[in-house]
Amino acid sequence: MTAIDILGLEKTYSVGFWRKKPRCALKPLHLRIEEGEIFGFLGPNGAGKTTTLKMLMGLVYPTAGSAQILGMEINDPRMKAQIGFLPEQPYFYDYLTAGELLNYYGQLSGVAAKERERKVREVLGRVGLPDVMRVQLRKFSKGMLQRVGIAQAILHDPRIVFLDEPMSGLDPMGRREVRDLMEQLKQEGKTVFFSTHILSDAEALCDRVAIIHLGELRSVGAVADLTSSVEGKIELVWHGNKIPAAMKALGADCHVTGDTVRAVLLEGNQDAALEALRREPLRIISLIPVRTSLEEYFVRKLQPSRAAAGVTQ
Amino acid sequence: MKPSRRITIVAGTLLITCLVGSVLLLLHIDRERKGATLEEVLYISSPTLLKRMSLGYDGLLADVYWTRAVQYFGDKLTRGSEHFDLLAPLLEITTTLDPHLLVAYEYGSNFLAPKIPGGADQPQRAIKLVEFGIRNNPNQWHLYYDLGFIYYMELGDYPKAEQAFAAGAKVPNAHQIMPLMAAKMAEHAGNIQTARLMWVTTYQITRDPMVRSNAVAHLNALQVDEDVTTLERLVSHYREKTGHLPQKFADLETANMLRGTPVDPLGHTYKLMPDGHVEVRVPDDLPFIEKGIPIGYIPPRKPKLPPVN
Amino acid sequence: MSGRIIHIASNTFREAVRDRVLYNLIAFALLMSGAAILVGQISIGIERLVVINLGLTAVSLFGIVIAIFIGIGLVSKEIDKRTLYTVLSRPVQRWEFIIGKFFGLAGTGVVNSFFMALGVFAALLYVSHHFQATDGWVLVALYFIILQFLIITSLALLFSSFSSPLLSAVFAFALFVIGTFAEDLRGFAGLTRGIVRWLATGAAYMVPNFSALNVISSVAHEQPVAGQLILSNTAYALVYASMALCGAVLIFERRNLK
Repeated sequence: MTAIDILGLEKTYSVGFWRKKPRCALKPLHLRIEEGEIFGFLGPNGAGKTTTLKMLMGLVYPTAGSAQILGMEINDPRMKAQIGFLPEQPYFYDYLTAGELLNYYGQLSGVAAKERERKVREVLGRVGLPDVMRVQLRKFSKGMLQRVGIAQAILHDPRIVFLDEPMSGLDPMGRREVRDLMEQLKQEGKTVFFSTHILSDAEALCDRVAIIHLGELRSVGAVADLTSSVEGKIELVWHGNKIPAAMKALGADCHVTGDTVRAVLLEGNQDAALEALRREPLRIISLIPVRTSLEEYFVRKLQPSRAAAGVTQ
Repeated sequence: MKPSRRITIVAGTLLITCLVGSVLLLLHIDRERKGATLEEVLYISSPTLLKRMSLGYDGLLADVYWTRAVQYFGDKLTRGSEHFDLLAPLLEITTTLDPHLLVAYEYGSNFLAPKIPGGADQPQRAIKLVEFGIRNNPNQWHLYYDLGFIYYMELGDYPKAEQAFAAGAKVPNAHQIMPLMAAKMAEHAGNIQTARLMWVTTYQITRDPMVRSNAVAHLNALQVDEDVTTLERLVSHYREKTGHLPQKFADLETANMLRGTPVDPLGHTYKLMPDGHVEVRVPDDLPFIEKGIPIGYIPPRKPKLPPVN
Repeated sequence: MSGRIIHIASNTFREAVRDRVLYNLIAFALLMSGAAILVGQISIGIERLVVINLGLTAVSLFGIVIAIFIGIGLVSKEIDKRTLYTVLSRPVQRWEFIIGKFFGLAGTGVVNSFFMALGVFAALLYVSHHFQATDGWVLVALYFIILQFLIITSLALLFSSFSSPLLSAVFAFALFVIGTFAEDLRGFAGLTRGIVRWLATGAAYMVPNFSALNVISSVAHEQPVAGQLILSNTAYALVYASMALCGAVLIFERRNLK
């Protein structure tokens, strides 16, 4: 069944002392997310991602439009019992311990008293914090708080998990763990809806993505479909200062620095380029992706309006 | 995806109900507690201590106490009390907190000095109060008037009254009545005309409705006293001439001693008694009269002052 | 439903306690002990009076300050710091949140007052060496202080539902001061005329009536408090606090949590 059905959800804020200046945070949004998929909600900062999530959580009231989650209305308690939410840069009650906090959330979510202790322990282990039950939250680092945030979102075994920037504040190891966790949630049949501006994560995880910019939906679809139209670029670095003619023929962008050469070319030409170097022979120092396909697609999608908005990033 | 309507209706209804309830309860509590605040607050019996405790907000506190004093007296008056014990302390606290609150001294001279039931019957304390006021406001002629008023009205001490008025006359911008009043004290103090002048002046120079109303009541009483004296003299005259007492006022009219039926300042006709006395018809309406009181009349505890306007 | 309110309340209580609110009791205890010892030494014949006046005034002021700052802190802080988001995304209704917070705060205040009351009685025992029958009225005075506390807490919640922490604190404290002079305000209003009279009277009746709840002086002088008054004041406090809470619920329900 449809997990999340967004029907023309819209939000305009009236700003200014006399409330005269309207600022459109989200233009009418139509989106449908199926159960069991990992859905990425992508966009630069200020695009309207968090506004959308807040409206879905019932924290902000839309100016127009509506949404249904699992076929139920937004403020329906029965619906809320089946979802979990991780806000951006979460913050928790300083003076409670992790165990007390999760126990509190468990109480509010209706987790039965007998099971609560067990589930709290379980979920803390799952997010990689097995020993912090009795530590006060004010002593937690940013990364630890992020993990606790994820823990409270999945504690009560919800059907849908909403995550706002779940990777923020995590080191590469942490991000890997969260990615694995999200995969596990999918295996368990849950739906994951997360917003991010880190495209590599989205590319790795998502079944489908939506790209949003300046409050407007730019595109939506499966990652493979979207990126089939664009290729990524790679960067090739080799020893010496010689540039084979074949490189130029491949349309590579080359720079010589000291006794190394750095060339940027399309991913598809990777094999041909390597062949050209091997034939010389020239010693290869490194080969790394400069941009992923999704990133390329993303930037292209954002281009016209970014020029129009005069945004530089 | 809008705020819950059910909550709005329930909370809104409950709010209005509680609002009404709180007002009703407040009215109820107020009734139960009449005057209790005053009793309680005066436990801080030393005005100077209170002044220190007021942390520099003595002006405001003075206004608060002044309001309490006015309400206290008005309330007691309405209930026909015989004790006005707290009036003096209230006025003293008020003036300690703000020595320049002139109306408090005027109140003291009009209501602290006179006898019960029109006042608290504490003329000496009133004098101390007004003298304190004069020390702190030596150029306010009104205060000298208040002082002279007390000496004249309540203590009958004409020399002291004259001193007070004369001192006030010397103050810059003194009202022209001051030297006039001083002169009256010297010569015609016992005269009813002087008393009348005093009350008219009080009426004119005050802004307090209660003081005005009180002045009018006294002026009426003076008028009645004068009328009764005159009428009884006429009756005597008539008896001398005819050898018997008149039966009714019409008889005096026939004898060309009177024109029309005599009425008191409130419009009620006087009563001519068989033994030649003249009495007022509705003594309740005329507090403060000294003549024309019906025999065996017991005045009500609360003097009926004319309506305040 | 009521289960969730209790959970929110107990969590609020725990948060307040851990936030070292109860440390104020130490300051209070020091104050009371110091005063008691000082008064006991001087022996001026009115020790009881001073101890009761000082003790109850301190209980009242400490209580009001706690009510205002903790009350406001606990709601505004939640909104500011987004701890609220993870609560409201659960099956918790907004009004349950407000009511739960209120009970948590009220509970904190009652517990705090209880310990302070022990301090007052201890000081009293120290200076007069025995209890008197009239000391029972001190309990009534304390009860009234708790009622004041409930009203102020509900007002603090009302203001934090829409205003910044600083403004909320200012408003709540202002209402406390005005409420102490509520009877005089009604008296002032009675002396005005015309439309000013309507507005002034309206305002005078809306302001919380702390005048009737202030029986510290009379209790210090061993005056009894009328039973009727105890009932009326209890009813008034409950009704007034409910009114403020309804206002808080209505406002909070509509608020966009940015």
